[in-house]
Amino acid sequence: MDNEITLRITGEAGQGIQTIGAGLCNLFKRCGLHIFASQDYMSRIRGGNNFFQIRVSDKPVYSSSQRPDIAVTLDKNSIAIHKTQLSNRGIMVLDKQKFGISDEDPAFFDAPLYNLANQIGGNELFVNSVSCGVVAGMIRLNFGLVQDVIKAIFENKSEEIIKKNVDAARAGFDFSSANFKFDKFKLGGAAVAPRDNLAMNGNEAIALAAIRAGCKFYSAYPMSPSTSIMDMMAHSAAKFNIVVEQAEDEIAAINMVIGASFAGVRSMAATSGGGFALMVEGLSLAGMTETPIVVVDAQRPGPATGFPTRTEQADLDFLIHAGHGEFARAIYTPGSIEEAFYLTVKAFNIAEKYQIPVLIMTDQHLADSVRDIEPFDLKNAVVQRHIISKEDSGKITGYKRYQFTESGVSSRAIPSWINDVIYADSDEHNEEGHITEDADMRVKMVDKRFYKKMAGLAQEVEKPLAYNLAKADTILVGFGSTYGVIKEACGFCGKEFGYIHLPQVWPFPALEVSLMLKGKRNIITVENNAGAQLARLIFRETGIRVKSSILRYDGRPFDLDYLIGRIKETGR
Amino acid sequence: MELNDFKSNDGITWCPGCGDFGILNALKKALVTLDKSPKDVLLVSGIGQAAKLPHYIKCNCFNGLHGRAIPPAVAAKIANRNLTVIVTTGDGDCYGEGGNHLLHNIRRNVDITVIVHDNQIYGLTKGQASPTTDTGYQTKVQLNGVIQEPMHPLEMAIALGCGYVARGYSADSEHLSWLITEGVRHKGFSLIDVLQPCVSFNKKNTYEWYAKRIYKVNTEPSYKPEDKMAAYQKASEWGEKIPIGIIYKCDKPSYEDKSGINNIAPLVDADIKDINIGAVLEEFI
Repeated sequence: MDNEITLRITGEAGQGIQTIGAGLCNLFKRCGLHIFASQDYMSRIRGGNNFFQIRVSDKPVYSSSQRPDIAVTLDKNSIAIHKTQLSNRGIMVLDKQKFGISDEDPAFFDAPLYNLANQIGGNELFVNSVSCGVVAGMIRLNFGLVQDVIKAIFENKSEEIIKKNVDAARAGFDFSSANFKFDKFKLGGAAVAPRDNLAMNGNEAIALAAIRAGCKFYSAYPMSPSTSIMDMMAHSAAKFNIVVEQAEDEIAAINMVIGASFAGVRSMAATSGGGFALMVEGLSLAGMTETPIVVVDAQRPGPATGFPTRTEQADLDFLIHAGHGEFARAIYTPGSIEEAFYLTVKAFNIAEKYQIPVLIMTDQHLADSVRDIEPFDLKNAVVQRHIISKEDSGKITGYKRYQFTESGVSSRAIPSWINDVIYADSDEHNEEGHITEDADMRVKMVDKRFYKKMAGLAQEVEKPLAYNLAKADTILVGFGSTYGVIKEACGFCGKEFGYIHLPQVWPFPALEVSLMLKGKRNIITVENNAGAQLARLIFRETGIRVKSSILRYDGRPFDLDYLIGRIKETGR
Repeated sequence: MELNDFKSNDGITWCPGCGDFGILNALKKALVTLDKSPKDVLLVSGIGQAAKLPHYIKCNCFNGLHGRAIPPAVAAKIANRNLTVIVTTGDGDCYGEGGNHLLHNIRRNVDITVIVHDNQIYGLTKGQASPTTDTGYQTKVQLNGVIQEPMHPLEMAIALGCGYVARGYSADSEHLSWLITEGVRHKGFSLIDVLQPCVSFNKKNTYEWYAKRIYKVNTEPSYKPEDKMAAYQKASEWGEKIPIGIIYKCDKPSYEDKSGINNIAPLVDADIKDINIGAVLEEFI
C-alpha cells in the first residue's frame, strides 16, 4: 500500500476532532489526492474517546484501513487506546508536556501542540489549526495550500481569528518541518485527483439527490446516524423552497410525508432502525393508499437503542418485511456516495411511478464516511413525473383513484387540480376509494397493490455490480456500504477472487444473481450483521446456499485489513 | 354552492339516531356558507365512526390510520395552502391514540380545522371507555367503573395557546355549523369538540342528559372569548351546566405566516423538472 497514508485524529468528544478532520480532508483534496474519511464516535457530547480517520492516496480509495500511520492525540487517554493500533511505521503525535508524560518511545513524535496554541491564539482551541500544520509538515505539503484551507474553513469569522488560525497552523507546520526528520510519509507521484472533485458523505449525497429529485417536503425526528440528512435539507430549504418540518415523533414524520405526497408534493423522511420501527404502520398506509414516499433507514446496531453512533446492516430482514399486510415496495442499498445520489433520485421516480413506498437502506458507515468523487452527471439524475399534469387535469371527470389497470397502477390525480374529488382510504376500498367489504374486490385490490406492482418493479431492478466472475472461484457477495471494502479487498486477494455488490435487495434480483453464481462453489457473503441475513435471502430467493459468511457485528465497519484477514481465515 | 353539491353516493353505515348525522349536516351547511367547492376541500380522518364521515360527503378525502389524522392533514395543507383542510376525528382517535399529534399541532398552528366527534365512548370497538368517559361509568372492560380522570380537551387546548377553541353539540346543527364556519375562517389551528350522543353504547350522556345541561356562551353579552382566564374557567365547567360555543379565540401568526410558505407559490405548483443544484454542489468542492 505505497503512496498512501492513514491518518487518525483522536481525543475527547468536543475537542474539535471533526474540524481538524474536515480541514485535512479539504487540504488533501486540494493537493490532488484521493481520500476516504471515516468517523468513530461515542454517543456523548463531551469526553470519551472519538477518532476521525483519513486514508489518503494518489489512487482512488474506497474503504478505511485499520492501522494509522500517523495518529494525532489531543488528550492523554488517547495514547493508550490508539498506540497498539499504529501501523509498523506508525508515528504518534503527542504533547508530552501537556499530558504530563516522560516516556520515550521510537513511535512518539513530541510536539508542543497546546503550548503553540496558547502562545499564538491565546487559548487551547487553536490546537486544531496547530495540529493541521503539524500533519502537513510531517507529510511535506506546501504551506500555501494549508493557508488556503484554513482561510476557507474560517471564512465567516473575523480577520483576527483567521490570522491567528493561519499563524497557529504555520507554527505547527514549521515545528514538524524542522523536527520530524523522516520523509517516509511524503506522498510521492504526481497529484492525480481532479481538483473539482467533490468530497461528501453518504447522507449529504442523499439530501442533494432529494433536492435534485424535487423533494419539497421533508419531515423527520432527529436520530443518529440519519440526522445530517435533515441538517442538509434545512441548510438548503430556503434556496429551493423546501419545507423541513421536525416532527413530534417518527409516526408523525411518516404520516406527514404521506399527507404531503397525497397533496402532490414529493416528500421524504429519514431515520434509523428504532425510528423506522415507529414508521412501520405508516409504511403500510402508504402501501394501502398507494401514496408514493421515500424513507431512508440509516442503520445503526440494535436491538432497541443499541449503539447509537455505530454501524450495522441488521435491518435487512426487517425492511423487507416491515409493515402488516402485503404490498409492493422497493429497497435500494447504495454502496457508495455516487450510488447514494443516483439511487435516491431513482427512488423518487420509482415511488411516483408505482405509487409505493421506496426505502433507501444505508448505515452509519456510509452515512458519515467522506470520499472524494467526480462531479455527478446530472443527465443521469433526471426527474420523471408520473402524475396527471395540471394542464391535463382540467379535463378529468368521473375520476377513480384506484381504477384497475393492466399494470396495477392507476393514473394519479392531484387534489384541487382536477374538476372532481379524490377518495383515498386505509380501509379496503373499491376503485372510487370508498370502503368495501366485498371479497372479489379485495382479491382484485391485493393483486393490484402487490402482484402487479411487484411484477413491474422486477423489470426495473437495479442490476448487481459484478467483478471478475468469469475467472474467480471465490465470490464475495455484499450489499450496501460493504461495496468499497469488498472491491478493494478483492484487488488485494488476487485473481481467484471476484465479487457481487447488490445496490437493490427488493425486489431481489433473483434471476441476475442466479446466473452470476451459477457453478460457483465458494460463495461468501460479507455482512455487518450476526444473522447472515443476506445469505439467507439469497437462499430464499434463488435456492443457492452460500459456503460461508464473513460477519461483523461489533458495531464497527469492515476495514480493508480486517476483511483481508477474515478472507484468509475463512479460506478458499 | 348548494347542499346537493356535497352529496356523496356512498351508503352511510352509522347507527340510526347517531349524533354523527348532525355533525355531517352541520359540516355541509358550513361548506355552503363558506362557498367552498368540493374539489378545494380536503377532509382527513383516522379510524372510528367519525372517521367514516369524509365518505359521506363529496369532498377530497384521505382516510388514514387510527390516531393519525392530523399529521397528514397538516402536511397536505403545507403542500397546498389553497386547500381547505378539515379533520373529522373522534375522542378515541384524537385524544387517545393520536394525543401526541394534537398537542404538537396546536403548537405548530397550521391553518386546519379539527372537528372531534366526542361521544365519550368507543363505538366501533363496542363500548369501552374513551379518554373523555366520565369517571365511574361502567363498561364491559371497566367493570367497576372508570377510575381515571377524564381528559379535558378544551382546557388543554387553551393552555397550549390554541387560537380557536370551541364546543358544539351535534343535535344543534345550526349552531355547530356556525362554529365550523368560524373555525375554518380562523387562520390557524382550530379545535372544535362536538358533544355527540352514542345511542348504542353511551347510556349516560344521552340526548335527554345533554338537553338539560347545555347552554350557549356566546349569547351572554359579558362573555369575551378573547379573555384567556375566563375561557379557561368556562372550559372547565362540566356537570349541571355545560357551555357550548366559541370558548376561546386569539389571533396570531399561523405556521404558514411564520414559515414563509405564504410568500411563495404552493409547494405543489413548484416546477421540479430540472432543479439546478450547482450552487450547493460547489460547497463540496
